[in-house]
Amino acid sequence: MLKRYGVWIAAALILVILPQIFDSGFAITMLSEMCIAIIFALSYNMLLGQGGMLSFGHAVFYGFGGFISIHAINVVNDGGVPIPLELIPLVGGLAGFIFAIPLGYISTKKAGTTFALISLGLVELVVACVLLFPSFFGGEEGVSGDRMLEFSLTGVGFGSGIEVFYLIAFWLIVTSALMYLQTQTPLGRMANAVRDNPERAPFVGYNIHLVRFFQFSLSGFFAGIAGGLLAINYEIVNSEMIGAAASGHVLLMTYIGGVGHFFGPILGAILYTFLHLTLVNITMAGQIYLGVLFIVIILWAPNGMAGIIMVHRPLWQAGLIRGLLPHYLVALAAGLVVFFGAMILVEINYHLSLSIEPDNPIRLFGVEFKANSWPPWIVSIGLILVGFFLLRPIMKNIRLKWDELTREMQKGKFA
Amino acid sequence: MTHEIALNLVDVHKSFGESQIIRGIDLAVEKGERHAIIGPNGAGKSTVFNLISGYYPLSDGKIELNDQVINGLEPFQINRLGLSRSFQVTNLFSRLSVFENVRCALLWSAGYKYSFWQLVGQQKQLNEKTKEIVDQFNMSHRSQTPVGELSYAEQRALEIGITVAGGAEVILLDEPTAGMSHSETEQAVDLMKFVSEGKTLVVVEHDMGVVFDLADRISVLVYGKIIATDTPDKIRSNKSVQEAYLGQLEEV
Amino acid sequence: MEFYVISLLNSLVFGMLLFMLSSGLTLIFGMMGVLNFAHASFYMLGAYFAFQISQFAGFWTALVIAPILIGLLGAAVERFGLRTVHKHGHVAELLFTFGLAFMIEELILLIWGRVALNYQVPSSLDFTIFRLFESDFPVYRLFMLAISVFIFVVLYLLLTKTRTGIIIQASLTHPEGVGMLGHNVPRIFMLVFGGGSALAGLAGVIGGNYLMTSPSMAILLGPIVFVVIVIGGMGSLTGALIASLLIATLQTFAVGYDYSLIDLLAVFNIELGPEPWFPDLWRIKVENTGPLLPYLLMVIMLILRPKGIMGERES
Ligand SMILES: Nc1ncnc2c1ncn2[C@@H]1O[C@H](COP(=O)(O)OP(=O)(O)OP(=O)(O)O)[C@@H](O)[C@H]1O
Ligand SMILES: [Mg+2]
Repeated sequence: MLKRYGVWIAAALILVILPQIFDSGFAITMLSEMCIAIIFALSYNMLLGQGGMLSFGHAVFYGFGGFISIHAINVVNDGGVPIPLELIPLVGGLAGFIFAIPLGYISTKKAGTTFALISLGLVELVVACVLLFPSFFGGEEGVSGDRMLEFSLTGVGFGSGIEVFYLIAFWLIVTSALMYLQTQTPLGRMANAVRDNPERAPFVGYNIHLVRFFQFSLSGFFAGIAGGLLAINYEIVNSEMIGAAASGHVLLMTYIGGVGHFFGPILGAILYTFLHLTLVNITMAGQIYLGVLFIVIILWAPNGMAGIIMVHRPLWQAGLIRGLLPHYLVALAAGLVVFFGAMILVEINYHLSLSIEPDNPIRLFGVEFKANSWPPWIVSIGLILVGFFLLRPIMKNIRLKWDELTREMQKGKFA
Repeated sequence: MTHEIALNLVDVHKSFGESQIIRGIDLAVEKGERHAIIGPNGAGKSTVFNLISGYYPLSDGKIELNDQVINGLEPFQINRLGLSRSFQVTNLFSRLSVFENVRCALLWSAGYKYSFWQLVGQQKQLNEKTKEIVDQFNMSHRSQTPVGELSYAEQRALEIGITVAGGAEVILLDEPTAGMSHSETEQAVDLMKFVSEGKTLVVVEHDMGVVFDLADRISVLVYGKIIATDTPDKIRSNKSVQEAYLGQLEEV
Repeated sequence: MEFYVISLLNSLVFGMLLFMLSSGLTLIFGMMGVLNFAHASFYMLGAYFAFQISQFAGFWTALVIAPILIGLLGAAVERFGLRTVHKHGHVAELLFTFGLAFMIEELILLIWGRVALNYQVPSSLDFTIFRLFESDFPVYRLFMLAISVFIFVVLYLLLTKTRTGIIIQASLTHPEGVGMLGHNVPRIFMLVFGGGSALAGLAGVIGGNYLMTSPSMAILLGPIVFVVIVIGGMGSLTGALIASLLIATLQTFAVGYDYSLIDLLAVFNIELGPEPWFPDLWRIKVENTGPLLPYLLMVIMLILRPKGIMGERES
């Protein structure tokens, strides 16, 4: 019992406590965004991780969920239909689901590259519609609404950020539990099977197009819920939410977190949202760091953060993980050297190309210098080279140590 | 003894572009029969399976399963009518475990369709049946292993397991014992006999020992045509078969 | 009449530019199964490189050097990036090129900044070649057309007259035929990827000053190029050519019509009430649908003929 529900109870407790500890406006905003991003990323992983469908247009359903929700809020406020705010995300979910049906039906006939291309075409189609249908999308400025509805199931007014956070957290728990359970259903399992071998699946009786299509539609539903929550959180929805960029973000966060495990997208969404929101305040080059992280993960850790964690699990359980720690610390140090070098390079370049006064000195770590003088360039390139040459033998050592520990672990198993 | 026909091929043709690969095949497999198809490499044996199971469209001709025309149907539709096939090159759900592979092969026939409201873990009958098949194929100790990590012989065995799991009445096996050692082959033959009990089995095989041990009747396919269909003894003494096979049959 | 002739010429110019991009993409996809998401980014880099080079050495040098540099860059990407992720499958390769596209855009922001560059048509080509009816037709468009036709001819000759070319072409429809290249396969892949990238770069050099050179140029044109290869049929060069011209024609001609559904209904003497359903829908003018048309065409194509115009192979 505790084993089975323990994780969920713990998650719920954390969600209750967190905003009590981090109670600044910025923290609450960030927590809310993280929770929404988790739902969105989990729904994306229903496609990519579970079904092997790489979509460049998942934000369409997120966006439609958002737009329909904000319109629903306005309708309720105009006295149209009495829907309590707590259930507005469900309206968003249904919107995502309904839009996913036609779009999913035509795009899931193929998987792989063709599916990816079609998803890109469809998102562009929707984006092109934004300007043509101003009364639905609200043109450039978007659609806004007032979330403090007359109707409420709980009696909460949702005037403050923290009240909204708890609503989001509630939906996070519900949707992630549902999405987790979905992986355990016949459809969820067949989605895995079709992902692994679309050639064989028809010969056990399944129409792979329909498996993908149903998986896609459900994923649209959960994306729509995430979109509805975003609409409630910001009380405004604009076309940014629906386009290729938003779709790219969810792809990045999901992949960085790891598509092979259920908790991967959760990690990814938390890290990505955190970096995204904090980097924006610190540097103009935030996107670059996220992009580098993504490429590093693709090249060297295709199962993302969750994959990295899971390969260490056997060693952890065998109590051997400590042998690796010193090596990792050294590698981290060398990695940081490269990173600092690259960072200085990026920052001085951004300063030169984007700031209003490139001739003004730039401040990094409390040091002030001129970006268009040569010492910072030499320092940064030097750091990159030094770190790089240090890293190579260190990585080799880690591999050796890894093999040694694995052997030790296997010996232990049979002894 | 009744002579109901389970699988009936009538003047089946298949060309890939210019090249005619199957050049007019007639074949009637009786219900409950164990039928072997033999022939040299490239004769078109796998292609025949691909045509029957709906993997390739026919160029000409007709295929019937229990008197129902099945050519033109999708593979999944043919499978639902009770025909299941294995592949010459192992074709499994690579990242799923042995248990999951078998369970996926059972889902449709157990009637779960595209259900997203039932949890597979809670379906007692389904899991028992799965376990039974895993045990039958001597894989209980590998139950949780991803099939990508299995040995070759284990993968071949599972290939058969997945094919028969759904309980299809007509089973097509494409070189089930290819690449197996002598003892593994023996085990596999016993298994095939056991799982095809009361069912119709069509098997493509190069190992003549297996063929003569297993088959009620044998068809010889050479260069896209069936040159003979008969009982094992008569096939052994058939002149044109011997010519095509250059004495390979003597050794048996 | 005037409108038709001018629009037709413009469609041809834009269509051939699209084909220069989509042909490289199709070749790479057909041979290697890799969808290069960064293809349009190479196009953008072509324009930026050309701008930078032409600052020192003039447009004509840039016209030669920039595509070569982009080609080398593409070859390096294949050699050091794609090959590493190849073992994880085509989706991983696609993800890698997606990451690359993301990075290239950011790096361009980093180096050249956010605003559009002042990359101009060279003065030697900046005059009117003829007047058609009332409007001038700039010589630069003719130059673009000449270059793209020239490239088209070269590509055609390479693919039909050289041994490697014939195998490359054959492997577009029969990927297993790549094996006929023997031990050369990795090198040919690098060549095709580099060559395709160079074509994209060239398109950037001659398109950047005609359209606009800004960090958003990849995002603006990229999806259209992808749609071209879906509509043309994945892996078909002829299909890519037809689809390029088709989309260019649609987009160019759409601009000239300011009709809407209301006008259409008026022909049948139907008038909408003061508050119709979907008020926007009836008011949309054909001239504003340009950005939408390629994607609409794709959807229609997917419903009617999922393989595309000339597509033969299932992906
Ligand atoms: N999809 C295809 N496209 C073109 N030719 C094909 C295709 N499938 C099979 N062939 C050709 O058809 C012929 C018969 O192939 P098939 O695989 O059916 O032979 P087989 O009898 O099963 O041989 P083996 O004993 O080697 O398995 C071969 O020449 C093969 O090249
Ligand atoms: Mg065969």
